[in-house]
Amino acid sequence: MGKETSKANDKKLRNIKFRNRLGNLIPKIMIAPTFTVSLVCVYGFILWTIWISFTSSKILPKYDFVGFEQYNILFTQEPRWWVASLNLFIFSGLFIAICIALGLTLAIFIDQRLRGEGVFRTIYLYPMALSFIVTGTAWRWIMNPSLGLERLVQQLGFSDFTFRLLVESNVAIYAVVIAAVWQSTGFMFALFIAGLRGIDNSIIKAAQIDGASLKKIYLRIIIPSLRPVFLSAVIILLHLSIKCFDLVMALTSGGPGYSTDMPATFMYAFAFNRGRLAFGAASAVIMFITVMAIIIPYLYTELKGTRNAR
Amino acid sequence: MASLTITDIRKKFGSQEVLKGISLSINASEFVVLVGPSGCGKSTLLNLIAGLETINSGEIKIGDDVVNDVQPKDRNIAMVFQSYALYPNMNVEKNLSFGLETRKVPRDEIKKTVDHVANMLQISELLKRKPAELSGGQRQRVAMGRALARDPAIFLFDEPLSNLDAKLRVDMRTEIKMLHQRIKTTIVYVTHDQIEAMTLADRIAIMKDGVIQQFDTPQQVYDNPSNLFVAGFIGSPSMNFIPCTVIKQNEDTGVIFKTGEETSFFIPIKRTDLSLTEWIDKDVIIGVRPEQIASGFHLQEGNKQIHEIMCTVQVLEPTGPDTLVFVNINDTKVTCRVNPLDAKQPGENMKLMVDISKVLVFDPDTKMRIGNVA
Repeated sequence: MGKETSKANDKKLRNIKFRNRLGNLIPKIMIAPTFTVSLVCVYGFILWTIWISFTSSKILPKYDFVGFEQYNILFTQEPRWWVASLNLFIFSGLFIAICIALGLTLAIFIDQRLRGEGVFRTIYLYPMALSFIVTGTAWRWIMNPSLGLERLVQQLGFSDFTFRLLVESNVAIYAVVIAAVWQSTGFMFALFIAGLRGIDNSIIKAAQIDGASLKKIYLRIIIPSLRPVFLSAVIILLHLSIKCFDLVMALTSGGPGYSTDMPATFMYAFAFNRGRLAFGAASAVIMFITVMAIIIPYLYTELKGTRNAR
Repeated sequence: MASLTITDIRKKFGSQEVLKGISLSINASEFVVLVGPSGCGKSTLLNLIAGLETINSGEIKIGDDVVNDVQPKDRNIAMVFQSYALYPNMNVEKNLSFGLETRKVPRDEIKKTVDHVANMLQISELLKRKPAELSGGQRQRVAMGRALARDPAIFLFDEPLSNLDAKLRVDMRTEIKMLHQRIKTTIVYVTHDQIEAMTLADRIAIMKDGVIQQFDTPQQVYDNPSNLFVAGFIGSPSMNFIPCTVIKQNEDTGVIFKTGEETSFFIPIKRTDLSLTEWIDKDVIIGVRPEQIASGFHLQEGNKQIHEIMCTVQVLEPTGPDTLVFVNINDTKVTCRVNPLDAKQPGENMKLMVDISKVLVFDPDTKMRIGNVA
């Protein structure tokens, strides 16, 4: 009798031990697939891309080593790469600056407790619901001289009116900026209004009593204390602009000519359309390094600052 | 420093009237505390004085100037907020000097003022730090420093201590009082804590539902509350309210304290300042502070105002210097403050002495004091 109970106890004990071990294992089992997938598909392929960029692969990967030859070609013999780089520079600069400026301005206006705030919020946020493909297509029609704005105004009787942003190769990149700004400003507005609402109302009261004008309160106190929001805004917009591919494809397909090429479309064109895998990989690596060069120092200074401050 | 005169102020938010005709006359260099439960309108009143809200009717005078339509910055006031409201992006020094800079005070003078204030509040070592790097008490000091730096005519404090922990709150309370004794600026101080009100104020204004219930010195408010609300709000533990019927027994008017099924005591109420002859056979509420029901009083022999009753102890709450004994009188829970050595255990009977020399009587219908209200 006593023996049997002890046996049963043993079994129970083993059961509990097994369950405990299982309980400890379950979280690891659960995250293992995503961990493996991201390890291989993100970091693995980053390494693979870097490797490929040092080979002479054409349509299919070829694992020979040619050193920096592809990079050499990219920087010295390929004017299209410089166009793409300059476009990225213009695009991201304008896109980030205008989005933040417009979003912040809208947020400040709405923050004055406007009537019908909810309606404005929805209107501004709505473009977010569209994908860049839809935005690009819609704006391609709007800015197309024979379909959109130019034709409309001309039909209204202003026959001299021209709006040729999309078809002039030296300004077409600004058309991309306009479409992208239209799409993303609402999101910036939402970020900033959340930031503004997070600021203690009594700070504004204190500043009023301290004699600061509304303009000064915003410039000296409120906007500077939105620093963490600016950080998020810049990071979000920067990565949007660097990976900007679908918008360009839908709006201009990189044209006229290759005047609105961006590094992402450039990479796609060479690696997949023209069958120069190694060359495309080299441009991808340069994009990667650029992003790291911008983001790492920025994150470092910002996060260090906030850790001290909070 | 300046006086502050408020005449019949009314304020509505939408259809709800928050302040229903407030009048206060505050002398120069006086420390006035506005106290009341949340929602009584005390913070609104402070915002009106500051000019952060506009009044619907009435008049606010700072010194001899009507300031109804004057901007907050031109009212020569400074305010300390509950959340401190420090500018998060500026260091302490900038926080202190911001108000002076906007007023275009010369730079060397700003520097002198900031140093002076920082010394006075012992925050000199913190000048280069950001608010986020400070503790609650330090932020509190900086907030006071910012107000001090401006050298205003009136200081407004909006529940400045309620975000601090209990010990720090007591320390800062003393510091605020010392500060006031030194700088002698008029202070209007809002709090919901009646202990803060009692300890700090020269005069207390007790508010409820947008109306000032009483405006008097702490001692007067404690001893001579004008109505049931003030009596119950001021004092901790709060005053006992015992419903009674006034009766005439022999030649004395008084009330019955029923402490058990078979025990009841007649308490004659005979005082020069209080006559209940008009209230015979009517209901009243007797207000007795816990310290007026004790195990014994100094010089109690032969004192006609002290009466003995027997009660059954329900609960004990030792506080250290005294023990609070809860008993039932007329089916109401009554708190008594007794000597810890005399306290009996729950369930036991205990002899208690009631001192009626300061007992208050209230009309249960109007909730107002009966008798001479000083």
